[in-house]
Amino acid sequence: MWDLVSNLQLGLSVAGSLHNAALCFLGCLIGTLIGVLPGVGPIATIAMLLPLTFGLDPVGALIMLAGIYYGAQYGGSTTAILVNIPGEATAVVTVLDGHQMAKQGRAGIALGIAAIGSFIAGTIATIIIAAAAKPLTSLALLFGPADYFALMVLGLMFAVVLARGSVPKAIAMILFGILLSTVGTDIETGEERLTFGWMEIADGIDFAIIAMGMFGFAEILRNLEHREARGVVSAKIGQLLPNFSDFKTSFAPILRGTGIGSLLGFLPGNGAVLGPFASYSIEKKLAKDPSRFGQGAIEGVAGPESANNAGAQTAFIPLLTLGIPPNAVMALMIGAMTIHGIVPGPQIISKQPDLFWGMIASMWIGNLMLLIINLPLIGIWVRLLRVPYRLMFPAIVIFCCIGIYSINNSPTQVALTGAFALFGYLLIKLGFEQAPLLLGFVLGNLMEEKLRQAMVISRGSLWTFVDRPVSLGLLVLALIVFIVSALPAISRSRETVFTE
Amino acid sequence: MKITRRTAIAAVAALGVTAMPAFAQYPTKPITAIVPFAAGGPTDVVTRLVTEHMSRTLGQQIIVENIGGAGGTIGMSRAAAAEPDGYTIAVGNMGTQSAAPALYPNLKYDPAKSFTQISIVNFTPQTIVSKKDLPPKDLKEMLAYLKANSEKMNYGHAGVGSISYVSGFVFNSQFGFKPALVAYKGTGPALNDLVGGQIDYMVDQSLNVIPQITAGTIKAYAVAHPERIAALPNVPTTKELGVDFIFSAWNAMVAPKGLPKDIQDKLVDALSKAMDDPAIIKRYEQLGSTAPKGADRGPAGLQKLVEKEVARITPVLKAAAAK
Repeated sequence: MWDLVSNLQLGLSVAGSLHNAALCFLGCLIGTLIGVLPGVGPIATIAMLLPLTFGLDPVGALIMLAGIYYGAQYGGSTTAILVNIPGEATAVVTVLDGHQMAKQGRAGIALGIAAIGSFIAGTIATIIIAAAAKPLTSLALLFGPADYFALMVLGLMFAVVLARGSVPKAIAMILFGILLSTVGTDIETGEERLTFGWMEIADGIDFAIIAMGMFGFAEILRNLEHREARGVVSAKIGQLLPNFSDFKTSFAPILRGTGIGSLLGFLPGNGAVLGPFASYSIEKKLAKDPSRFGQGAIEGVAGPESANNAGAQTAFIPLLTLGIPPNAVMALMIGAMTIHGIVPGPQIISKQPDLFWGMIASMWIGNLMLLIINLPLIGIWVRLLRVPYRLMFPAIVIFCCIGIYSINNSPTQVALTGAFALFGYLLIKLGFEQAPLLLGFVLGNLMEEKLRQAMVISRGSLWTFVDRPVSLGLLVLALIVFIVSALPAISRSRETVFTE
Repeated sequence: MKITRRTAIAAVAALGVTAMPAFAQYPTKPITAIVPFAAGGPTDVVTRLVTEHMSRTLGQQIIVENIGGAGGTIGMSRAAAAEPDGYTIAVGNMGTQSAAPALYPNLKYDPAKSFTQISIVNFTPQTIVSKKDLPPKDLKEMLAYLKANSEKMNYGHAGVGSISYVSGFVFNSQFGFKPALVAYKGTGPALNDLVGGQIDYMVDQSLNVIPQITAGTIKAYAVAHPERIAALPNVPTTKELGVDFIFSAWNAMVAPKGLPKDIQDKLVDALSKAMDDPAIIKRYEQLGSTAPKGADRGPAGLQKLVEKEVARITPVLKAAAAK
């Protein structure tokens, strides 16, 4: 315990120095401003700003990069809420209720609760990392491919809960998402699948392309159907920040989201993507009136945003304790460390304690900075929504195109986004929801990889999923979730059959 | 044509743009360095290290542009098709410059013919590693153990065409091992499962495994290199153990075919200066990699390496594909 306190003290003395705190602030600010551009997610932002840190000392540079990361992450939520564009997988569920809130003139409250929830989640996650990084790492290493597969199956069950309307339609969307995820090079044979010889998609379709096309652009197309000058958000902007009752409703979801997000975040197999989905599903199940979800329920923003931020934070655990990046953002962080001459890995804690603890402390300081930067910014963002839609939508389209282009510097991917926009618009018209498709897409990728690894390792025996206690437990849980979520739907459909 | 002020200005501007490079000294504007992989990977890191130094020598910024996809072949195709004016260069690796022709039948470039070679940037020797509790104590025992048990064992790699795939393939086929090949999306997840003991062994770039080896979370049997590397002073080399397996991954800087000789010389010279800088030499050591020396350095050395590696790797990969 004393160790923890003295370590954190060391960390705070490093991260709290004027120089480093200023870098942290700068990182958070630039990260937020760039991350708020639709389509420019954390990866693009960090890659873009990496050269800025070249002249700095390693500790300062990493603190700044971490700041950019949190900033970009939070900036992404802002776009999700304001213009219905999830910059990355973890923001998909934020769109669902966040943008509805914005449409009802409650954008400020949604942004505010996202900032506050993220801060609370960040604070708790920082303490978790400081206190339990090592034991959590050994726990995470128990997870083999079979267990990840079972976790992803559980994740798919959440998708069923996620759906608002018809369950068969939701399942169709999930399956289509999984199908889309199989486009690209087969990892085991190197054979191209469903690419029709087109090199640009040989590595699969990027998440941002689908998300931006199907959410952002499709939403714009739908908005343009109406000839109203106002567009996205109604003119009235009521209260700017969450009040006490908003906070009271959100408090428990924030804590639950933090718990779920932290738990999934430290798994090196990129479990963090599941966090917000799981949190949303749980809040919807616990709610007295689940029909409010998708109509602007504040819990649907508070929980997932907290889960998202907690996961973003605990994702540093495998990086710091093992030197192994759990996802693309962390891989970039490792690259940045190497450029600065730091060899990431388990020995960092003992060899460079100032760096290790400084970075952990900077996480908390970064979250505080985000709160300080973003609460005043909310007013500006919200005012931005008053811009007439005829000026707004071309700007959104242009920024999205820049964002997509910057992923791989490829113009064809911009065109592909356009194709997904038309498809997304068609889905909206036919009453299909995009969120389950995106979840299917994200999980499909991981599921296939993990399933095939598990099958190769077990030499084709399906018993591996039952033999491994972790996998068995998760599969049983998935079954329970499925029964609980499907039963009401089945009984309801029976009722309607009977009334006819 | 009526000469208005606007056309006159346009004409002067056009003249200026086209005429400038002939008079001014290259480079007069920033240079783009294509890295055909994601930012933060081994090729990206080494590119950023040397180009930062080269920018100072050349007096113009070199901007790293990451164009990932299809094992790096998308970015290298784009580099091969760029103007050979010295403002587009690229850094490929053993995969894109040697293994790709065997793996991608529709490849739009020929590593040996479509580029003006600049130089090898670095070698990163492969290291033979296993999960922590694999019984063998040294390389000889390990080879014997694999001989007896390889069919029950799992080899992890970062996807078809990746360095760990190619080096593992050469290793396994040379010694007649037949493990199950477990494919991961990238080295990170594969290493994670090696640390967790889900898979048994790997042959991968030292750069990727140094932290785990030093921390004792995985076991290192040998570095497949003639000399020990500074970052792993206690790990023997295959050469000193008398095992005939030398394998290095490498990164190389190239430009589109047809680059004028004087520009090529400038780039070769700037890169060479970067590789001789003590600070960069120290970074290379930390990364477990070495700079090319003597005849290996420069265009001729790279051309020779590309031809040699294509000849060595292609039959192995073709044989694997035919199975």
